[in-house]
Amino acid sequence: MSSIPYYPAAERPQTYLNWSYRVKSWLFTRDHKRIAILYMLSITLFFFIGGAAAVVMRLHLLTPDGTLVQADTYNRLFTLHGVVMVFFFLIPSIPAVLGNFLIPLMIGAKDLAFPRLNLASWYFYMVGGLCAVIALVAGGVDTGWTFYTPYSSIYSNTNVVWAIAGIFLAGFSSIFTGLNFIVTMHKMRAPGMTWFKMPLFCWSHYATSIIQVLATPVVAITLVLVIIERVFHAGIFDPSLGGDPVLFQHMFWFYSHPAVYIMVLPGMAVVSEIIPCFARKPIFGYSFIAFSSVAIAVFGFLVWGHHMFVSGESMYSALIFSALSFSVAIPSAVKVFNWTATLYKGSISSATPMLYALGFIGLFTMGGLTGLFLATLGIDVHVHDTYFIIAHFHYIMVGGAVMAYLGGLHFWWPKITGRMYPEFMGKISAFIIFLGFNLTFFPQFLLGYLGMPRRYHSYPPEMQVLNVLSSAGASILAVGYLLPLGYFIWSLRYGKIAPTNPYLATGLEWQTTSPPPPENFDVPPIVTEGPYRYDLMVSQLGTPLIAEGARIQTTGSAVK
Amino acid sequence: MTELATDLHPNKALAHHFTDMPQQREAVTLGMWLFLATEVMLFGAIFLAYTVYRHQYFDSFRAAGGHLFVSFGTINTCVLLTSSLMMALAVHAAHQGDSKKIVRYVLLTILFGAIFLGIKMTEYVIDTREGLVPLNGWWKAQSPDLRVDREMRLFFVFYFTMTLLHAIHMTIGMAILAVIAWFAHRKRFSAEDYNPVDVTGLYWHFVDIVWVFLFPALYLVHPEMHLFK
Ligand SMILES: [Cu+2]
Repeated sequence: MSSIPYYPAAERPQTYLNWSYRVKSWLFTRDHKRIAILYMLSITLFFFIGGAAAVVMRLHLLTPDGTLVQADTYNRLFTLHGVVMVFFFLIPSIPAVLGNFLIPLMIGAKDLAFPRLNLASWYFYMVGGLCAVIALVAGGVDTGWTFYTPYSSIYSNTNVVWAIAGIFLAGFSSIFTGLNFIVTMHKMRAPGMTWFKMPLFCWSHYATSIIQVLATPVVAITLVLVIIERVFHAGIFDPSLGGDPVLFQHMFWFYSHPAVYIMVLPGMAVVSEIIPCFARKPIFGYSFIAFSSVAIAVFGFLVWGHHMFVSGESMYSALIFSALSFSVAIPSAVKVFNWTATLYKGSISSATPMLYALGFIGLFTMGGLTGLFLATLGIDVHVHDTYFIIAHFHYIMVGGAVMAYLGGLHFWWPKITGRMYPEFMGKISAFIIFLGFNLTFFPQFLLGYLGMPRRYHSYPPEMQVLNVLSSAGASILAVGYLLPLGYFIWSLRYGKIAPTNPYLATGLEWQTTSPPPPENFDVPPIVTEGPYRYDLMVSQLGTPLIAEGARIQTTGSAVK
Repeated sequence: MTELATDLHPNKALAHHFTDMPQQREAVTLGMWLFLATEVMLFGAIFLAYTVYRHQYFDSFRAAGGHLFVSFGTINTCVLLTSSLMMALAVHAAHQGDSKKIVRYVLLTILFGAIFLGIKMTEYVIDTREGLVPLNGWWKAQSPDLRVDREMRLFFVFYFTMTLLHAIHMTIGMAILAVIAWFAHRKRFSAEDYNPVDVTGLYWHFVDIVWVFLFPALYLVHPEMHLFK
């Protein structure tokens, strides 16, 4: 890679990071890049809080009769883990950090359409997050992250209201982010950036945003109803007062199933950028991938009933929900096939982001296929509420979404911070995470199939071997997550200075300096070529840093 | 850097990250429509829950609806639609760049909104006296049949939740309208730049439409309600 000119400190170009160092310039920033950094720091905090709860649980499950914590504490631990990981890590993770940072850069805009709303979303998120985490840690909540009534409304005497209030607030942050993305992609694209010249990262985030905007309000009002139910004993979900607890499940899953796609579609967004870059090939089936994102968002709204196969749902609705759940596999498979077809005959290099992307494809496929088991009515009755489902959704959310988040973080780290991450350490930790992940969660498929229910703090002794394997895997996984935390921080000071385009990738974000200037581009870009033109690019190292083949011209005439 | 960028633009109303006024206008308008979509889903979910129980407890809900005051509801519907008319006139004035008229009609919109809330409060007070508030200690049995009574109580849970949610939306709307009136008074709007009035109008009309659905759903379900016969 060519070296970049060395600037003496005084002449260093102004970037979004160094134009001001005052705390105020961060806390009141309206720059999407700085807000992305704020989000990055906060979701990292929440990730390690949620992770710590998981570590304690896995330690507890080393022995069948669980001696480490009491049953009550165990309930609080899995609630803490679930709530924090779902609402305060996974849902904001890729959209609020990478999406926030990259979407304006990728479409050649100066910022998101509503910068103040963007900042407000972070404050909503932080207030909500702190509110929920304090409720969950001090005293705790024992309902599980699903807040099923009547657990949450009648039978729990824990801080349910505060945890729910926190999630309610964070919901607004999610809505604001989605709304901002949709408007930005509709109205802020640079001249020449047509819909089908947008990187697939944007398409996937567009689909995600639709879900955020349309599904989140439903869970918001549902949670309000639970609070009303709990505080005033209103009876909306209480059978003794004429209410129906299954109605809560319908309303909750109307959001929470699509929420799975809020978590995984952005992962697909990241993978669609990384795969072509490290296979040095244009993406295979661009429009199929683009439309499959939208299809996943649309189908995702129609399958919530598969969470209620054993809640007394009628046979006919169960049949329909089963069939619709199978149909989500089609757009998902379209993506997997297109990514693998992109790899075919590519010149594949195994940089860290690529390792994560390849890991994503494999683990997402495992998670997706076991999802089909669960969509099958007969099998679902057998494995419902067992470790099988735990393993299934962790393959999607940890194996899928978290792997993609880490892959994306490595891929765009040079752009975000202006420093390279240490490649060797990156690869090592990618392997550790892959190994630790599979060792943690594959045994859980077997445990679930053998009948171990989720959320139990003890289990029959004959299941100990598999549980010990899972706990061992969790400890490896924990090391795998701590390593990047360490070397990312290390790289901020000691990492190699990143060039503008370290991987010779296409895409407008690689045309501007690393890190970008406050207004993203020194010259407003004009787009003349589609994305992923790796076929036109000379892939030798040492070629000009501006990706020649991409031919995305930046002209001197400012666009007015 | 924000300060720097705004200096470059001759037009102060144009935010630094937009290239021109039409782009900004379209973005803001689309943003408001999307926000209204989230509101549709928010109210939609609670309407769904209401519909489920209305279907399940058909007779009790009809009986419960008979305890509401159709006259209050009807008057309030007229008041709110009038406020919407005032809002429409304010938007029309904004398009013409007539700041005085904007102030006048926006204030009228707020006034009719306040009348609506006043009437609603009065109604709540009467509801409370009649023991229709579905809280322990407040609720008075409305039917000797325990099952019917608790189903009627459920109706009132929805009545209060939905109308209060609507009232909160109105209050927020009135606060925003007050800011709009202040800005109009300070001559912040012109025939070229009136978008804030426009999108606030969208929001206000939406809140009215929610009431247009609430009114028949809650007030007009009683079989002896022969208002139009
Ligand atoms: Cu689901």
